Amino acid sequence: MIRRMLALALLAPCLAQAQAAFDRAKPPTLPASPALVLPTVTSSRLVNGIALRVVPQHEVPLVQVTMTVAGGSRLDGSQPGLASFTARMLTESAGGKDANALQSELAFLGATLSAGTTWDAFVVSLNVPRRSLGAALDLMADVVQRPAFATADVRRQRALRAAAILQRRDQPNALATLAHNSILFPAGHPYHASPDGDSASTARLDSAGLRAFYARAFVPSRAKFFVIGDIEPAEATTLIGARFGRWSAAAQPIAMPVITVMPRVNAANTVFLIDKPGAAQSVISIGAPGVSRFSPDYAALVVMNTLLGESFSSRLNSNLRETKGYTYGISSFFDWSPLPGAFRIGTGVRTDVTDSSLIEIFREVKSLQESLVDPTELARGKAYVALAVPGEFETNGDIARQLVELDAFGLPLTSVSEFIARVNAVTAGDVQRVARKYLPANRATIVVVGDLAQIRAGITALKLGPITELDAASVGR
Amino acid sequence: MKPRFLLVLLALATLPALAHAQQAARLRVPYTIDTLPNGLTLIVHEDHSVPIVTTNVWFHVGSGDEKPGRTGFAHLFEHLMFMGSEHAPYPQFDRLLEAAGASNNGSTTEDRTNYYEFGPSSSLRLMLWLEADRLGWLLPTMDKPKVDLQRDVVKNERREGIENQPYGMVRDVQPGLMYPAGHPYSWPVIGSMADLSAASVEDVKDFFRRYYAPNNATLVVAGDVKADEVRALVREYFGEIARGPAIERPLPASFTVRDTAVTLEDRVQLARLYLNWHSVKRTAADAPALQVAAYVLAGSRTGRLTQSLVYDGEIATTVQAYSDAKRLDGDFGVVATARPGLALDTLQTVIDQQLQRLAADGPTVRELEQARNAIEASFLRSIQTVSGKADQLNEYYYERGDPDGFQDDLDRLRAVSAADIQRVVRTYLQAPRVTISVVPQGKPALAATMKKVTP
Repeated sequence: MIRRMLALALLAPCLAQAQAAFDRAKPPTLPASPALVLPTVTSSRLVNGIALRVVPQHEVPLVQVTMTVAGGSRLDGSQPGLASFTARMLTESAGGKDANALQSELAFLGATLSAGTTWDAFVVSLNVPRRSLGAALDLMADVVQRPAFATADVRRQRALRAAAILQRRDQPNALATLAHNSILFPAGHPYHASPDGDSASTARLDSAGLRAFYARAFVPSRAKFFVIGDIEPAEATTLIGARFGRWSAAAQPIAMPVITVMPRVNAANTVFLIDKPGAAQSVISIGAPGVSRFSPDYAALVVMNTLLGESFSSRLNSNLRETKGYTYGISSFFDWSPLPGAFRIGTGVRTDVTDSSLIEIFREVKSLQESLVDPTELARGKAYVALAVPGEFETNGDIARQLVELDAFGLPLTSVSEFIARVNAVTAGDVQRVARKYLPANRATIVVVGDLAQIRAGITALKLGPITELDAASVGR
Repeated sequence: MKPRFLLVLLALATLPALAHAQQAARLRVPYTIDTLPNGLTLIVHEDHSVPIVTTNVWFHVGSGDEKPGRTGFAHLFEHLMFMGSEHAPYPQFDRLLEAAGASNNGSTTEDRTNYYEFGPSSSLRLMLWLEADRLGWLLPTMDKPKVDLQRDVVKNERREGIENQPYGMVRDVQPGLMYPAGHPYSWPVIGSMADLSAASVEDVKDFFRRYYAPNNATLVVAGDVKADEVRALVREYFGEIARGPAIERPLPASFTVRDTAVTLEDRVQLARLYLNWHSVKRTAADAPALQVAAYVLAGSRTGRLTQSLVYDGEIATTVQAYSDAKRLDGDFGVVATARPGLALDTLQTVIDQQLQRLAADGPTVRELEQARNAIEASFLRSIQTVSGKADQLNEYYYERGDPDGFQDDLDRLRAVSAADIQRVVRTYLQAPRVTISVVPQGKPALAATMKKVTP
């Protein structure tokens, strides 16, 4: 002890006084957590009405430009994969340039430009050094407003997508997700089919169909821009306005589908098995209808899920990984998609403990429903959610993600502060209440992908509920 | 203590530019560095833009340091570092950090093991206290149940990444095909099931005493912190931990790869071809040219292999090329997945033609410039975060004894010429190689045949 103090005195003379009371046996007392300082958002509109949000961040000379167009895969209608394939084709030939010239120019500028979909929106994302912003925006404008859907490009990308769809059969996690969504969201629900479509719908993709869909789905009246980085709002408005301000719809937009099919609510637990002969692990997916982000229970659900299966110390991970050694990891999550999405617990477990794992998962779900969480655990879960928020605004891309996610619900950035306040107000009673109300202890949809010759008997003996066997080739069709 | 306050970063202003780079400021990530009497090296980078902090510890030990019969041990040990220490018994490590709003993780490679925490700036003291406790006081609480448990977890990790992963078996066999028996890179980081089963508590204690000492570690603290305060805290928490024995690492003997072809059958729909060549270590003069060559071959839509295999030839669904230059040695790989039903020789022939063309004619001016710009922009994006900067500072320090390799790396990249590309393709990629074919079960006829390729 004395030697240490001497060493400290030599190296940092002020420290011995300031920290005389250091006791290694106790965790250090921490200062107050830093206040959340949200970035300032400037909102404006282009002359054609497109909304523009700008957040200046001058730390690094990069600019993130994210454009969303409401709709996305929700507009697929009877052809699953149509929206995501349309988005994929945007960055092929466009604006009179062939795909190679376009991609080469972007890479030369040090830019990345991608277009994709969620179930609810198209998302075009440009990340570019400040000095190349104008040139890169020219290319983004071509991609968004003047995509070619050239026959040769479509034929090639269609073949590549067909191969990727074929490969889903190799991947137990992909099969579990496909099965889960198709069961939980019955046919007719926009989340029923894979956003990437299936083999049959992919085969029907052609240039004419894509052009017609693009004209009615990719429309300026549903578009918004989010610009974050080394740029001021006025300049962003000028640069984006010059390239997107005269963009007008070529056709009547596709009406947003009215949702008539509701997610499946089970009367009892229902089991679906998919055979992967020889699999070293079983992939387990346990799900139920999710909850609306607008639910007054939102903050309580986030805290409850953190304790159940989101954080490393969560009950599921502590039990199945850190106590039993059944898995490398297990997690639970609510998909807060607007309609809303599902609740799911997902993991991969050693084949010979598949049944035991199911028992432990349901034990943890029921435990949260049956007894109150203790104050230490509750405080940990709340802090883990609330104190992590500043770190979710580190890069331009982080800020863009936050803005886009909130915007999907029409929420302003300031709602983040309200969310933190709500999290801090969650009680043990709230956690128990939402666990009882929303977690599927007895009405779960249970999908297991594994070596059925090894696991079927064990699962059957659990008497969870009716069992249906699904064919991998059919699920991954 | 030798404080090295440097110019403020943000030569990011030079971003891709690079073609016509004026005399731009040098890319700097400002830091201070000093070494405690016990040998712990501390590097602090202040970045006050967001109220967050990361701590990032590198131990200079990886799977390459493992003993025969104990493959996978360095990574298994990494898991045990989260199982509690004398003053922070299990499961306090994760719980205390979560209660402070912070997250953590670690990773193991052939060369090193890192541990990092990330959270609000208010959690700094906790991060340092926890890291110090497991460096100084891990063994008092180490026991067989902890080793048995994490052994099971790691075996599950192996199942997830190898046994239950399409094409995962390649990761198991590739190191042994590329490097001679006994070479530190000749076995996979994750290790074999048999060796994981054999690991004992005594192994854990020996490994800890040998490698987990302050003189074999570097700690980077980056974020919204004051360097002086961090230095004082680190002395307080780590100062009394004893120095460990000096570590000697004999350099592996040099070797050459012999042409080898292996076929594996897997439960996959599409056949995939893996070509691997012996290359150079990360600090070697040819490493940047190999990185640029990988980009020219398959780094973008216009990559030569991407064009010839995927777009023009329409014989592959994907192709990647990478230069994996590590601390002691390196390899270069091309991985191409065939369209349904196609034989891998069809792909192999085209790949060799393209390598021949690149060796003979070199890249165009435009190709070279695009490659350099894209690699540079990607590097700069990787250091946008405090976590990215912290890990990179640690990597440079281990590699060159100086955390400031940022601009040097960009300079080395910028200096790559068309002639360099021709030379490295001839030297390294028109040389003996390891060919691995993964084919659907019962379809061995799709496998590639061994080809001897000379310039």
